[in-house]
Amino acid sequence: MDKIWLVIQREYLARVKKKSFLLATLITPLIFPAIMGIFVWISLEDEGGEALRIIEVVDENKMFFLESSEQYAFSFSNTDKEDAKKMVQEGDRYGFLYIPEFNLEDPEGIVFYGEENPSMSLISYLENNLRKKIEEQRLFESGIDPKIINEVRTNVGIRSITLDEKGKETVNDATVNYALGFLTGILIYIFIFVYGNQIMQGVIEEKSSRIVEILVSSLKPFQLMLGKIVGIGAVGLTQFLIWVVLIGTLTTFVMGYLGMQMPQQTAMELANPELAGSIPQTGNVAEIMQVISGINFLGLVLSFLFYFLGGYLLYGAMFAAIGSAVEAPSEAQQFMFPVTIPLIAAYMGLFVFVLNDPNSSASFWLSIIPLTSPIAMMGRVSYGVPWTDLVLSMSLLIAGFLFTTWMAGKIYRIGILMHGTKPSYKTLWKWIRTSQ
Amino acid sequence: MLQIKNLNKSYGPNKALSDIDLHVPKGVIFGLLGPNGAGKTTLIRIINQIIEGDTGEILIDKELLNPSHISKIGYLPEERGLYKKMKVWDQLIYFARLKGLSHTDAKSKINFWLDKLEISSWKEKKIEDLSKGMAQKVQFISTIIHEPSLLILDEPFSGFDPVNAELIKNEILELKEKGTTVILSTHRMESVELLCDQVAMINRSKKILDGTIKEVKKSFRPEVYKISLRALKELLPREWIAKEDEGVYHFTLPLSGKTPNELLSELMQYGQVSQFQEVVPSMEEIFIHQVKATQHG
Repeated sequence: MDKIWLVIQREYLARVKKKSFLLATLITPLIFPAIMGIFVWISLEDEGGEALRIIEVVDENKMFFLESSEQYAFSFSNTDKEDAKKMVQEGDRYGFLYIPEFNLEDPEGIVFYGEENPSMSLISYLENNLRKKIEEQRLFESGIDPKIINEVRTNVGIRSITLDEKGKETVNDATVNYALGFLTGILIYIFIFVYGNQIMQGVIEEKSSRIVEILVSSLKPFQLMLGKIVGIGAVGLTQFLIWVVLIGTLTTFVMGYLGMQMPQQTAMELANPELAGSIPQTGNVAEIMQVISGINFLGLVLSFLFYFLGGYLLYGAMFAAIGSAVEAPSEAQQFMFPVTIPLIAAYMGLFVFVLNDPNSSASFWLSIIPLTSPIAMMGRVSYGVPWTDLVLSMSLLIAGFLFTTWMAGKIYRIGILMHGTKPSYKTLWKWIRTSQ
Repeated sequence: MLQIKNLNKSYGPNKALSDIDLHVPKGVIFGLLGPNGAGKTTLIRIINQIIEGDTGEILIDKELLNPSHISKIGYLPEERGLYKKMKVWDQLIYFARLKGLSHTDAKSKINFWLDKLEISSWKEKKIEDLSKGMAQKVQFISTIIHEPSLLILDEPFSGFDPVNAELIKNEILELKEKGTTVILSTHRMESVELLCDQVAMINRSKKILDGTIKEVKKSFRPEVYKISLRALKELLPREWIAKEDEGVYHFTLPLSGKTPNELLSELMQYGQVSQFQEVVPSMEEIFIHQVKATQHG
């Protein structure tokens, strides 16, 4: 036991002390808020800094009136198409909108001419405005006052509340659950891949540099393997915890800064009804807070940690076994399929089945089978999952990682001392059977 | 110190060791000889408890081999390895502690050895920044840091320049003086004759000979004499195939059933005998002879 502890310490310190660890740990969480910050900064800059763009409207129906926004001003000076073209070419206008005479039932031939490619938002702004105008006109022609239409327009939102046996009501929102399941599942997926690879690299390093022969004369191969897996896992947890703290503080900071800019922002969105539609209205914020407070966070965090570690241990042992069988990382490719296929299946399953319908039978099986459960179960946990399923999945995962560790131990103890032979799956199987 | 009885080990259909019996007394340097692939590494790995034998017994100080012996054995494998990115100091601490030393003990012993081999200034250097010979010194310290009573060295001199090889040789002899038993596995026979008290030779999984160097040489005395003759009275028999050098004839003759005295008096009839010496084979010759003999047999 003492010796495993020594190995854990070495593996942990050797990695944590590296400069690359420090860099990756500090820079990665900066990327997310930094990108967010840059976008916000650019959009704020855009608004204030850019000159107003003037767009000439050539309307042969003499019917459309477009309201100018902060970015675009529309001029109606009764020019014809040719004059307007000239204005654009000479740089007097940013572009011009040509609306030919058309039948209201079938508006065709509307063209925007500009000296550069217009942005998506400009085009959709124009389209929405024109559509609204045409619709209003047609309603008016069929005898309905557009004002009435505006008055009867209603917003419908369904709140979803789960009722448990004791009658406790929990407000929930599939979007929030989706996001949580997505985030936790992906984190586990990335964690397994990144740190599993580190285990493999570490084993290969010890094998190819022949350190392993000295090591196993001092301790059992199994102790060495376990110490390495646990030590690297601890590195991962450390990195993860630092990220949580850093992202937490940075996001609070960035959000705080954005919060001060908010009035301007919302004003902009309100002026543009289409944009506002994609963002929850202010009334919903309280509701989202309610949904978030309704989620069993303790349960979510605990099961996240469980599947995080369980999945890592299950695959970590497999990565160690692969590393022990080969002599260079490039040779490892042939043995990677048993690891990558279930991981990718779990990842795909998370999107295709679990997050869309957490209670389907595909979701059930994905969250029960140990190879896929660490990723797939997180998708279900965020929605709430029967405790029987959770217990079954967790016990199978424990059994699963005990099994892979045991199998990997058998491959590992022979593999690390084998040189010069290129093993196949058949030889691996032989090693499993022959070792005591 | 170390007793091996009827040790067998197979890898699938291939026999790596068959019925090996060895006795290594305390405080000797024991040469373990044999060509590549003879089974030396397997034997060493079994003593180090890296792998297990199939049948047979191994006793250390009359105790069946068990994990508590790990701290008594120091092992320098033929293929050396250290963590390239680790500092000399950290690395030595790690290996010492794996062998069961406490942190304080490890520190003082490492300091002692770093001073002794005059490499204290490398403490904070990473292995990748050291030359091969420097790394070998570090490796040697890591092997003996826990003061093992049994030291197993697999080709200890390979990779050393002559100066450092001499240094290591003297360290080995010093350890022997202090009572350490050393098993030296090698196929460099000159170091065997220089260092070893006893030897055992393994070929094709079997022990083909063992004993003290003297005993081995005695049993391989081919009863051949090296002769130089001067002032010829009669012509030498043709079958003697002599080489002439300024009137002196050099050749070798087997006893062929005669006593040395009988042979000598026979030679005296041919002239003045200036040299009459029994040919004693070198360990190298015995080694080659034995390996060939078992291969043909």
